[in-house]
Amino acid sequence: MMQRMACFEKIRDARDGAIVVATYTSAFEWRRVDPDPLNFVSVGAMGQASSHGLGLAIGLPEQKVVVLDGDGSLLMNMSTLTTIANEAPANLVHFVIENGSYEANGGHPIPSQGRTDFAGMARAAGYAHAATYEGLNQFAADLPELLSRPGPVFAALKVEAGEAPPLDYDYDWLHSADRRREFREAVKPLLKD
Amino acid sequence: MAMPKGPRGQDIIAAIKQAGVRHVCVLPDITTSAGLLWPLSEDSELRLIRLSKEDEGVSICAALGYCEKRSVLLMQQTGLMDSLNNIRAVGCDYEQPVCMIVGLLGKEPDRAPTASDSFGVRIIEPVLDAMEIDHILIEGPEDVASLPPAIDRAYENSSPMVALIGRRVEP
Repeated sequence: MMQRMACFEKIRDARDGAIVVATYTSAFEWRRVDPDPLNFVSVGAMGQASSHGLGLAIGLPEQKVVVLDGDGSLLMNMSTLTTIANEAPANLVHFVIENGSYEANGGHPIPSQGRTDFAGMARAAGYAHAATYEGLNQFAADLPELLSRPGPVFAALKVEAGEAPPLDYDYDWLHSADRRREFREAVKPLLKD
Repeated sequence: MAMPKGPRGQDIIAAIKQAGVRHVCVLPDITTSAGLLWPLSEDSELRLIRLSKEDEGVSICAALGYCEKRSVLLMQQTGLMDSLNNIRAVGCDYEQPVCMIVGLLGKEPDRAPTASDSFGVRIIEPVLDAMEIDHILIEGPEDVASLPPAIDRAYENSSPMVALIGRRVEP
């Protein structure tokens, strides 16, 4: 098992200008690790981070898009796997932070805790590459290739639940129009005619 | 008595192009399948994004909006109902332009949606009204002209819009 924060620090160090789409607990923690105007927060309807990521990847085909999904979130939008596989965006990397629980909602277990092979599901759906990581050293070693190989790439990151210092669940920030405006402005220089 | 005519698919395709749409997210719907979706799927100017579930399309359309790319989500009213939470979140709460073209499966061609015998059809306009979502009704060929301004309005106001298709689309 890994620490989510440690995984995020590795992703931050390898980010290289990528758009990062994060959701719920991952969004709060990612904000703490790497506040950046190219962070897109997918909230309001749980499960939609990868669909937002797909839209951004299609709209900006030359821009790397990294999704920091949750396992509970992916369960709520499992159909996204076949849609992404069918579109086959080469610039999309889909991480699922697998903590086995609904951490922002009291830490209750997800239905398939410890049983479901998320990477296996992504591979079977047709992703170009899918893998599971339980150790930080292996993840850190493979991360450059995960971010550079043609996608869609999927990686399940098995992390401990609730290991981080207490998060500030700042929902006003999460839902704010300013946050969306900031992202829109940050994307403008990336647009091509 | 002859059944009233439905809208023509080529007119709808021309209308969405006129509004600057180049991406179409879709799940098949029998009201629009033959007349609209099949011709649309062969149109090289439009990129078709085939969905596995309709609410994915709400997020994809919104994300394309951030990239200044216009899109529509084509689906059946059952998919609209299934997507309401995401439409509420992304379209209404977060004020993103999500344009939806929705076939009304089971609607009688000669009746208004609210007068339909089908509960699933009858409730659609009241639900959209309750959610304060802009909507138009396309029943016949003459109604298609209202589609480009409705799409423009959605992007200018950064808000969702639904175009209901009340009769089977003709090729």
